[in-house]
Parts: sequence; C-alpha cells; structure tokens
Amino acid sequence: MPDTLPSGSLRACLHGLPGVDEVGVRRRAADLATRSIKTTAKRQAIDLAIRMVDLTTLEGADTPGKVRALAAKAMRPDPADPTAPPVAAVCVYPDMIPVAAPVLAGSGVGLASVATGFPAGRTSLEVKLADTRTAVAAGATEIDMVIDRGAFLAGDYRKVFDEIVAVKECCGPAHLKVILETGELVTYDNVRRASWLALHAGADFIKTSTGKVAPAATLPVTLIMLEAVRDYRAAGGRQAGVKPAGGIRTTKDAIRYLVLVKEVAGESWLDPARFRLGASTLLNDLLMQRTKLDTGHYAGPDYYTID
Amino acid sequence: MEIFDYAPAPESRSIVTIRPSYGLFIDGEFTEARSDEPIVTVNPADEEPLAEVAAASDADVDRAFAAARRAFERVWSPLPGAERGKYLFRIARIIQERARELAVLESLDNGKPIKETRDVDLPLVAAHFFYHAGWADKLAHAGLGPAPRPLGVAAQVIPWNFPLLMLAWKVAPALATGNTVVLKPAETTPLTALAFAEICQEAELPPGVVNIVTGAGGTGRAVVAHPDADKVAFTGSTGVGKEIARAVAGTAKRLTLELGGKGANIVYDDAAIDQAVEGIVSGIFFNQGHVCCAGSRLLVQESIAEELLARLRARIERLRLGDPLDKNTDIGAINSAAQLARIRDLAAAGEAEGASGWSPACPIPERGYWFPPTVFTGVTQAHRIAREEIFGPVLSVLTFRTPEEAVAKANNTPYGLSAGVWTEKGSRMLWTASRLRAGVVWSNTFNVFDPASPFGGYKESGYGREGGRHGLEAYLG
Amino acid sequence: MADRTASAPARVAVRRTYKLYLGGAFPRSESGRSYPVTSSRGVHLANAALASRKDVRDAVVAARKAFPGWSGRSAHNRGQILYRIAEMMEGRRAQFAGEVAAAQGVSEARAQGVVSAAIDRWVYYAGWADRLGQVLGAANPVSGPYLNHSQPEPTGVAGVLAPDGSPLLGLVAVLAPVITAGNTAVLVASERAPLPAVTLAEALATSDLPGGVVNVLTGRLGELAPPLAGHADVNALDLAGAGGLAAELEELAAGTLKRVVRPGRHDDWSAADPGVARIRPFVETKTVWHPMGV
Repeated sequence: MPDTLPSGSLRACLHGLPGVDEVGVRRRAADLATRSIKTTAKRQAIDLAIRMVDLTTLEGADTPGKVRALAAKAMRPDPADPTAPPVAAVCVYPDMIPVAAPVLAGSGVGLASVATGFPAGRTSLEVKLADTRTAVAAGATEIDMVIDRGAFLAGDYRKVFDEIVAVKECCGPAHLKVILETGELVTYDNVRRASWLALHAGADFIKTSTGKVAPAATLPVTLIMLEAVRDYRAAGGRQAGVKPAGGIRTTKDAIRYLVLVKEVAGESWLDPARFRLGASTLLNDLLMQRTKLDTGHYAGPDYYTID
Repeated sequence: MEIFDYAPAPESRSIVTIRPSYGLFIDGEFTEARSDEPIVTVNPADEEPLAEVAAASDADVDRAFAAARRAFERVWSPLPGAERGKYLFRIARIIQERARELAVLESLDNGKPIKETRDVDLPLVAAHFFYHAGWADKLAHAGLGPAPRPLGVAAQVIPWNFPLLMLAWKVAPALATGNTVVLKPAETTPLTALAFAEICQEAELPPGVVNIVTGAGGTGRAVVAHPDADKVAFTGSTGVGKEIARAVAGTAKRLTLELGGKGANIVYDDAAIDQAVEGIVSGIFFNQGHVCCAGSRLLVQESIAEELLARLRARIERLRLGDPLDKNTDIGAINSAAQLARIRDLAAAGEAEGASGWSPACPIPERGYWFPPTVFTGVTQAHRIAREEIFGPVLSVLTFRTPEEAVAKANNTPYGLSAGVWTEKGSRMLWTASRLRAGVVWSNTFNVFDPASPFGGYKESGYGREGGRHGLEAYLG
Repeated sequence: MADRTASAPARVAVRRTYKLYLGGAFPRSESGRSYPVTSSRGVHLANAALASRKDVRDAVVAARKAFPGWSGRSAHNRGQILYRIAEMMEGRRAQFAGEVAAAQGVSEARAQGVVSAAIDRWVYYAGWADRLGQVLGAANPVSGPYLNHSQPEPTGVAGVLAPDGSPLLGLVAVLAPVITAGNTAVLVASERAPLPAVTLAEALATSDLPGGVVNVLTGRLGELAPPLAGHADVNALDLAGAGGLAAELEELAAGTLKRVVRPGRHDDWSAADPGVARIRPFVETKTVWHPMGV
C-alpha cells in the first residue's frame, strides 16, 4: 500500500506515471466535443446531467434564506414539471450545513460541504480536521476537501497524501471528494499525479476545482482525471468518481462532459455515484432544454426559478 | 440497453444537388464527351448510383490540352502574379462559403465520415488555396532564382482518398505559379472535382486555366502521356507511379510523384501512452486507413506492448462505424468494391501467414462496402501485411527492443513517406527523427497536415514535395 | 637496322597503372580486363581498367556501406573534407594539367585554367556543405501548436555518369554537389578520357574523404550504366554523361523510382556559381512536426 511507502517511493510512483502530451490531450478532448447528441440521446443526457448536479453556492454573501431556497430547488428543480429529477447534492460552506440539513432530510439529495479551509486550504491540519468533523457532525454526507497545492508544487507529496488520509478518517460515513484545483497545478502531468495521489490516499471522488480559480473545470483536465479513475480501477483499485466544477453553464457543456465519461471512462461511470457536475446556473439551462425537447418550443428564463 | 446511447445525427444531404449526369469541364464550359460509355459513380455506403460521369476519350483529352495551352499562352502566364493570386483568393472564399455542401458531397461520393470532410478536408482545401494565393506575386522570393518561370500545362492525376483535397494540392500551386491545368479526378470520386469546376466558373477564372476530364485508367494514361504536357503530377499507387516515370522517361516533362507508403509508428516505453493510443488510432483509422501516409505499422517497444495493446483495443471498441453522413461516425465506408477486395485479400494473407487478427464487435451495415477496424499482432517483417500497403483500416503490430532496432525496422521498406515517434524524451525524439528515412515525421502526433508544410516521400514513395515553399519548385523552371 | 639498345634511357620511367577506386582501395577490374586510352590526337596514353557489371555491384555495396558514416558527419566536417580535396588537387596540379591537355587537346595554359576551375569548384561546394540546411530548409508556419521544420537530407547512393567532353571540370561539377549533400557516389568516368578521374580518385584517397564515399569506375558506358541505373540500391542518377542512353537509363531508373537528373542540352561546366541546382535533386526534404505544450 502506498501509505506505507517512504516519501521517495511515493514520488517515484507518481513520477513513474506515463506523461501527458498537452497538445494531444487537447486534441482528443476537442474531437470528443464534436459528438452530436440529438433527440432521444439528448433527452437521456439532460435527465442524467440533472441527477449528477451538485447544486452549489459558495459565496461570502450566502445566507440561510439563500441556502434554503437552493435546497428546495435541489429536491424539485422544475416546479412546473414534477418529472424533472432531483439533483445529486447541494454543496455549501460548512456553516450552512445546519441550515440545509433539515430541508434535505429524507429527500435522497446529498448534502456536501466544502472543508479544510476552502478554497485556499492555507490553514493548519488541526483546523482542517476540525472543519471536516464539524461539517460531518452537522449532517454533511459528502466532504469536498482541497489539497495543499503549495505542498504539491513544492514536491512534498507526502504532506498532501497524509492530509487526505487524515481528512478521510474524519469523514466517517461521508464521501470524500478531493479538490485538486487543477487551475493551480497547471500541467496535465501534475493533474495526473495529483489524481493518483488522491486515489491512493482514499478519495471517493476527485474534483477539478474550487470554482474560485481560473481556469476551473475544462474538458481536457476532466479527461485526464477520468483516465486516472479508469486506470486506477483497472490496476485493481476501487471505482472512484470524478467531479468537474466551475464554469459548466450550459446543457451543451454538460453533455460534452457526459460524452467524455462515456467514451473515456466507460458507461459504468454514467451514474451520480461516479460522476458529478459542480454547478449553479447550469441547472436552469438543463431544465429549459428539457422543456424545449418535451414541448418543441424554446423556453424562457422567466419560467425557471432564480434561487 | 446502454445508458446514453447516441441517437442518429445525420447531416442533411438536401444541401447538395447532384445532377443525373456530368460532362467534361473544358475551356470553361461543361461539354459532352466524345465517347459513349459514361462511368457511374456510386455511394459506397449503400451502393446506390449517384450520377453518370463522362469518360474522356483521347480526343477529349486533346481538346482539354489545347484549351489549357491557349489559356497558358494568352491569359494566364501573362497575367501579373497579384491578379492570379486574387483568383485563388476568390476560389478559397467560395470554397469556404460552400464548405458544408462540398463536405456532404465528398462524404456521399467517397464514403468518408462527415466529421472528417467537415473538420479536416474542407478547411484544408480552403487553406491550401489561401496559402498559395499569397505566393502568386512573391515567387521571386521562393529561393528558386530571381525570375522563376511557369512550366506551361500541367497534367495532374489525383486519387480517390481525399478527392477535393488532392485537387487543391495539385491545382493551387500550379495556378499560383502561372501554369494551367488538365486534371483527371479518380474514377470513383469525380463529383467534388466537378463541383470545383462550377466554383471556377463562379470565380470567373479565365476559360482553359483549369480543365477537368473525368474517366478511368485509360483517360489517366492519355493525360499523363499527352505530348503537350510540360509537367506531370501524380498521386496514387507506387505501381502506377512507376509506369508514369517510364512513360515520361526521355521526354522534357517534369515529374512529381506522391505514392504509397507503409509508415512506421514507433512507440517507446516512456511515451505519453494515452496520446500514443490516440495517435495510433488516427494514424491507421483516419479516413478508413485510405491514407498514403498512414501509420500502418505499429512498432511498439516490447516492454510496454501488452499494456499499450490493451489500451488500444479498448479505444478501438469506442470507434463508431457506419453512415458516413452521421456526425458521430468515426469510420465510414471503404471507397469501392475493388478496394474492399484488396483489403480482404491482404487481411486473409495476414491470417494465413500466421499473424493474429482482432476486430471489435461492431455491427456492419448490410449494404455498402465496409471493413471493420482490424489489428494484427504477431506480425513479423516478412509478412505481407508488414510490407505491402493495405490502404485500409488494418494495423500491423511489431515489437522492438532497442532504439536502433526500431529505426532499422522502420526503414526496412522500399517506401519512405511517413513515420511517427512517441517518446517523452526530447533527445531520443530528435535522434530517432533524424534517422528515419521518411519525408514526414510526426513526433507525438500523427496525420496532421498544413498547406505550409511540405509533404512527399523518400525512396519508392515518390519524389517532389507538395505544400510549403518547397512545393513551388515542382511548377517552376 | 638501328641498334635499339643504343637509345635506352639512363633510367626507365615507372609507369602508372590506372585502376578503379572502390571502397577506398584501388583494385583492378574483377574481370581482369583493361582498355587502351588515347589522347585527343590518338596517341596511346595508358591502359585503364575496363570495369564490369560486377564492379558496378561492388561499387554500390561500397557506396551504401559508406553512406551512414558520410551522411552522419557534421556538415561542417564535410565542408572541411571537400576543401581538403581542393588542397590535394592543388598538389597534383601538374599531373591533372597534363592529363587534361592530352584528353581535351588544349594548350598547357588552357589546361591549367581547367584545373584551377576544378579546384575552385571543390572550394565552392565546401562552402555549400554547412549552408544547405539553412538555404534549403525552412521553419513552416503551420496553424496549430506545432514546431514544424523542413530539412534537406541526402538521398542516398547516387550513380553519376560523368560528362564525356569535360573529363576533369565536368566530372568535378557533377560529383562535388552529390557528395556535398552527404550522398555517396558511384561514378562512371568519361569512357574516352578516364585518366583525370583516376587521378582525382588518388587525390580523394589522400584527402580524408572516407573510403566508399566516391567510387570510380572506368570502362564502357554501355556496359556500366544500365546495371547502375537498374540497381535497386541506387537512389539517384545523374545522367550528365549518358549521351544517347539517357532515355533508356531513365526508364530503368523508374523501376525503383530513382531521382534522375537528365542531361542538359547545353550543360555549362564552367559556371563558377552554379548555386544549388545540382544539389537539390540529390536531397530529400524531411519535415518534422513537434507539438508544443507544457
């Protein structure tokens, strides 16, 4: 097991991963983005995408009212159409977990809390662990932690690894999503190494971004992470999930991610337990497109709730 | 049932109007051929006839050369380069405006996926005319002397694998340098060339500058053997290329040949493996493998062969074979029954000689010409499938132990058109690229093209270059 | 009857034997044959080796063997060696001048001029060796994140038929450009006037030029040229001296798609600045694509 390896071996393990050619991976992602998803496939994709949304609000200005409205929306996204499925989870700051938990109780919609000094993660391990424990105790079913990008870029992989292991222990039954903040890792080689590092350390999901750093989720970054979970499983590991987050606003964007999931990782990842879309405004666009397909008429934004 | 199956997403063919029959394009007009037996071009995806096309006789070819000679002497060579260039810019613009129509027409006549005609062929066709338009008034700066002169009338014969793109590769440099053209498109894919004839009319290109004579092998022989050709340019098989070289021997005709290949795609153990898999796939399955520069021999370092092949098979299982007009189709139809027979013959030889073939479980349409993507392992240098150009979606996998062995095996062929190298180590890349006897070397990529990039082969893959500054030499004296 | 012994010189001159130059050695023809060479006025000058088809075969093997080493040298080094050839010719100036005067029937002064021009041609091409990549190469501005560059590379083994009428300057004018680019050569000397070619071979052998880079055959064009033109391990053919055989040889060359330089109607070997016109046909353009990414 990697967590028993000395630091040098962890480094050798990560640096022994195959390299990534940036131009090639971008080309592959661009090619997959040309897939034309129409009619029945589009309808399937929209409902699947809705079920994969982690409906997110992560603002300094978040209030209990805002969070309650979001939670309500998560359970019943389209007030006019009860066949619209609920989203996968609501994602909020730790202090909003007590607000959202009672609203969502028994609904089947997950409750995710960012933790570990989100978004920068520049705090002590003690604070990070306390942050996590507090959120779980308040009812979070999922924890979205950030890795220490500074340690990663400084080559201190052991520190990053140990933190993930420690946070995982604090999660208890809650699922752990590990945010790599790929916009700060910059290279695809780093994204691949960070993905494997998180998987080795026990991540249930690997997540691209906090949404606070540009670029956030991109197709090529998500492609690399999907390859990581695919290869990790093929190497005998568990089946972990992937969550792109940030910048996914339109149905077209969302469907492109689903195409990546299908063609890179495979059909068994086309499930909210294996793939999530961290987003806020995306949901309304999915609902509008859903209505368009069902009625044949283009929808207008005034017919969908702003929460 | 699979979750999230792609629904059919066909490109509409209503954008294209195909006439029931086409004449020859000579001296700016469509004219009847002086022969009786037209050829029928069919859609290889369903074997339905698309149109009847004239088969030019020797007399028709004579007329075309007479028109081209007149246009060369009276109009085109006296025209200032800047004005010639403007015609090419016009043509490029019209191609862009009609790109979707031409892409659909190409897919119908050739069988290649609309994804490729739309995203690769047509953008490159327009780019090729744009690129050469800019050269027309700057030829003195091409490094071929202070006042390079056009050769005269160029006889050009092009293949069926990239019909309109190969036309662009031939016509754009010829016109930019002040030559006029008699061009014969391939027997099975004449329609985009005839659409191009309409574009010449729309651009008001002076009559006779471009003449297009359709037909089969006999017409092609008449074109390249015509006594009034100053220049012969041919893209096609090495066998026909040799015939043409013999026919041209002892004449004053200039000759360039772009012929077959058996490109080696070398994957070292430190390669970016997922991108290498993509490169292998695009190297051999792009355009159904109907590509002279295809990476048809995979040379993989033995230490990673098993892992690479597992990934490659998984990737190939994702390829979507079927209706060329479906926007999600990755592999279209084989261009003709004859080509399909050749691919089948060589694939059967591979099995018979002891190699082991593998194809994904992909449904094959009932009508039309189809061949599934196929990977042969256990191939040795002595196998026919390692030596002969298959020109289809068939990959031969060989292994190597050391860089020296990789290079030796890669070069161990009479061909020398293309090669690929996959390694993350810069010095090994450059070492390998410098030793490969091939006109185009793709490092960590494959099958990318650009009008500014010279293309052409070593050894029996032909001579002369097309594209870039180097390509102008073929049309200037 | 005159007493023949009375005219015997004080010292008997040592005559040269004119041999072939193959793989850096000077063998006789494997056929054991020779043929008489006469001056332009019909005076017997010497016997030259009458090479055979098998000598052609051996010469191609030697040229192929030398190709990796020669083409792998740095352009700078090739240029230095070409300059060294000029130096070695300068040292044998008198010998060359004598052979040119005899072969072409020109005055001593005229022959000296021809030798000077031949020496200067080596100096000229010495300077081309390490400029070719810059003049014939290119960085190509492709659309996309790629470094794309084209470089000239030698074609391989070239068969060179030296022009008949200019046995030294014409020979240098066709041979020098071929090896400048890194090719190796199988040269068929002027049938009528092969002696300057053999003397040149002796200069080459002392000039740091690796054995096998240039192989010199003397003999009958009609016997040597067809097997050379048809040889599958020959990549290019300069038909400068092909005369009436040119069309037939070009047809033979088509069998393996050799690059062919046809004989010109008015080849002018005296042009001091022929440029790259005779180099270009013997190079291949290799274009390499490299992605640029992080």
